[in-house]
Amino acid sequence: MLEMRFTDPSRERRLVTDRVFVAGGVVVLAMALLIAQLWRLQVAEHAHFATLSEDNRVRLEPLPPTRGLIYDHNGILLADNYPTHSLEIVVEKVEDLDRTLAGLAEIITIDDADRRRFERLRRQRRRYEGVPIRTDLSDDEIARFAVDAHRFPGVAVAAELVRYYPLGQHTAHVLGYVGRINETELTRIDRSDYAGTHFIGKNGLERRYEALLHGEVGYRQVEVNARGRALRVLSRQPPQPGRDVHLFLDILLQQEAAAALGDRRGAVVALDPRSGGVLALVSRPSFDPNPFVQGIAQSDYDALIRSPDKPLFNRAVRGQYPPGSTVKPFVGLGALDMGVVTFNETKWCPGHYSLPGHSHRFRDWKRGGHGRVAMEKAIVESCDVYFYDLAHELGVDRLHAALAEFGFGAPTGIDLTEELGGLLPSQQWKRATRGEAWFPGETLIFGIGQGYFLATPLQLAAATAAMASQGRWIAPRLARAVEVVGGEGLAEIAAEERVIEAGRARDWARVVAAMTEVVEGPRGTARRIRNEAYRIAGKTGTSQVFSLGQTRRYRAEELEERLRDHALFVAFAPAEAPRIAVAVIVENGGSGGAVAAPVAAQVIDAYLGRLDGVAESGGQDGS
Amino acid sequence: MAASLVAAPRDQFGGRWRGPFLRRLHVDWPLLAGLVLLCGIGLLVLFSAVDQDIGRLRDQLWRLAAGFALMLLAAQVPLQLARRWSPWLFAAGVLMLILVLLVGDTGKGAQRWLDLGVVRFQPSELLKLAMPMMLAWLFARRPLPPGLLRLGVAALLVVVPVVLIARQPDLGTAVLVASAGVVVIFFAGLSWRLILVLGGAALALAPSLWFTMREYQRQRVLTFLNPENDPLGAGYHIIQSQIAIGSGGLYGKGWLNGTQSHLEFLPERSTDFIFAVLAEEFGFIGILVVLTLYLLIIGRGLYIAAQARETYDRLLAGGVTMIFFVYLFVNTGMVSGLLPVVGVPLPLISYGGTSLVTIMTGFGLLMAIHTRRKRPRV
Repeated sequence: MLEMRFTDPSRERRLVTDRVFVAGGVVVLAMALLIAQLWRLQVAEHAHFATLSEDNRVRLEPLPPTRGLIYDHNGILLADNYPTHSLEIVVEKVEDLDRTLAGLAEIITIDDADRRRFERLRRQRRRYEGVPIRTDLSDDEIARFAVDAHRFPGVAVAAELVRYYPLGQHTAHVLGYVGRINETELTRIDRSDYAGTHFIGKNGLERRYEALLHGEVGYRQVEVNARGRALRVLSRQPPQPGRDVHLFLDILLQQEAAAALGDRRGAVVALDPRSGGVLALVSRPSFDPNPFVQGIAQSDYDALIRSPDKPLFNRAVRGQYPPGSTVKPFVGLGALDMGVVTFNETKWCPGHYSLPGHSHRFRDWKRGGHGRVAMEKAIVESCDVYFYDLAHELGVDRLHAALAEFGFGAPTGIDLTEELGGLLPSQQWKRATRGEAWFPGETLIFGIGQGYFLATPLQLAAATAAMASQGRWIAPRLARAVEVVGGEGLAEIAAEERVIEAGRARDWARVVAAMTEVVEGPRGTARRIRNEAYRIAGKTGTSQVFSLGQTRRYRAEELEERLRDHALFVAFAPAEAPRIAVAVIVENGGSGGAVAAPVAAQVIDAYLGRLDGVAESGGQDGS
Repeated sequence: MAASLVAAPRDQFGGRWRGPFLRRLHVDWPLLAGLVLLCGIGLLVLFSAVDQDIGRLRDQLWRLAAGFALMLLAAQVPLQLARRWSPWLFAAGVLMLILVLLVGDTGKGAQRWLDLGVVRFQPSELLKLAMPMMLAWLFARRPLPPGLLRLGVAALLVVVPVVLIARQPDLGTAVLVASAGVVVIFFAGLSWRLILVLGGAALALAPSLWFTMREYQRQRVLTFLNPENDPLGAGYHIIQSQIAIGSGGLYGKGWLNGTQSHLEFLPERSTDFIFAVLAEEFGFIGILVVLTLYLLIIGRGLYIAAQARETYDRLLAGGVTMIFFVYLFVNTGMVSGLLPVVGVPLPLISYGGTSLVTIMTGFGLLMAIHTRRKRPRV
């Protein structure tokens, strides 16, 4: 026992010391393993982790450009941006959407319309894009949300500039409107250009000049923390704001034209024949484009769609009507040019016309007939029989060619995206679409602007402007100039024009003179709009919506309102030095001279009256 | 044996009482120097990790000061006293662990705290020291190496508190307490053959451990095996921590310039994950410096164990030193992705005071052992 005591300590000491050495070895080994791991992370794979760290830290945030403004000819603002706050939800970041919505509804008014719009926009949105549940938050509502914001991850108040159209329905068919970008548009646009942009031009000028109005996106690099909050800006490339667009459109004239049409369905297009600029482009009824910007309520949209008056339908550029007698001056000029008739050569009008060897009677609007008719009288009194004969002698091919010169049958190329081209029939067209040969009788009604022939009010206005300028056909355009990038001043937009080869100067003058007699002459079909201040040249038209039998008489009061004739009128003034050309159509209005001509007169009067006032003080007339 | 127990303190207090104060004080200067240096660097890193919050830095400074005071106090404790108290301390610790499970306070989903009225107390912390003390006491009673019976008793003494702690559940502390016990058994001379047998058995039984784990513990293991599985959930800690370390590179991003930590990508950056802050801001070089300091401290501890006078002293010194090492390795291994996420702080550097108390008391015991290594002059 005693011996054990004395021998044990040294043996025990050796045992424990050995073990301590082993432990030291384990420690060194473990440390070596740790250092190897740190070497791997910090030296061998440093570049990889440095990138990850940088990706964590730095976020590229798009800076959306401010959308360009749109001004009318006199500098009146037509499309504005105003700052607004909306409550946006990023659906991907919300755990329980229903609960979030219910919670939000407790502090902020959210009605059913808001909810429905949210649901609809949600289906169309881009991933990780905020969808507004409420727009136009008041300061009070923003404050109330701010208090409770922590309860709603994924919900935030977003401040942005939103499009506003101060003149509402007066500019709807011209400017169109912008709206939130949807999935279809996403496939069309460059996504990086629209990073941060929520709105895009849906139609009208907003769509046509989208590239100019939108501008170019800018970026800033921000340092963010783990919760995604931006802490500081590392670098910044400012956005290039959208360019302002200045129009030919005279908004006061536009309003005047709308007032002239009143509650009737129809369209008015007024052009400056010298520039091709659109002074007014009205389609009635119209609609307020502003609700469309943030997403219109489904019920309101349905109401617009279901309305029999089709307020969303842009009659001025998409409405295709038989132009009726308004084409007679153009047919007449074509006939003179092609030598089919001379200006003073007379034809007999008994009130009806039959093709040789046929018994079918093509009736004149005047039952008793016009008697002996030369071209001037045929235009002034709008003799159908004279033009039946002219059309017959020209034949469908030459008739088509003469009218195509004036731009019928093809889109005018106005700077809108939704324009239609009307229909200028031809033998080929009929064979291709109907599989039938062209009948000679069809040429006759073609010659008086009926039958297959369809034209838009814009086409009629453009053709009338070409008549006013005696042979200069200019593609109508709304935009006059665009703001120069990064600088002061405007860049004018060049006109696209061509000279109508038809005819000698004398023929033009004679047809214009005849058109002047339509208004100024004692027997003119539009004589009621005559005035003393200046002379108007014009042509009335009444186009059939409903074909009557051979022996029946047209009685407006017997027909349903929607089957009544369309009233048309084309005009320019002053007749000697035209500054405005107008085309008016009043759907189911009846007689062109009685219904459409006064509308045109009101527009012309408003424009020339005001212009003369400006001209006296040395204004914009330039002459 | 009893005589020597009584004789030693008389000798200590009687023989040297008249020397200068510093020579009378039981302090191991190399160990103290290493600890002060490491804590100094630790405060530097912490200052960055708490976003230069002077208030929190001051808190930690006070804790460290208290820790050093505690260490010096413990260094003065006569070891015979500690040795005699060992079983009672251990028994008290186990009793309190049982109490915790019955009436303990819950914090962060685990029952760890015992409210003593004045202070809230974690009995499991006590076990980190009581465990090596108890086993050292057990093994020092008879000559080494221990027989199978003693080993069996020792194993039981390890398993009971470890299971109690794991039930709280507190995996980190359970690992530390278990390793403290295992280390002392190893130092006591567990035969290599038995080590092989037990190691093999442990490997074989490892899969069955899976079924005793709680759901969140299983999740941690799964996440450790493949953090990319759940990059925003459980894997987030590991991924962000590795990014922080890796992006630090050789020289680091510079003090206070760590983006992973300051932009809050790194979770628990002032506590369990402070090692990643160190790695990000001071790079591989900085880490080598700090690890070298740790190694010096551990080396000094092992040296003290080897030099110690008695078996109890040696086993205790070895156990205390190795707990410190396990602390270090479990934490750094977890932060660098070598080990699963286990809530263990980086000793002496992480913000917080609980582990500091145990660690500093342990170093105090080391100093007490070393300054009394000489054989008593009779």
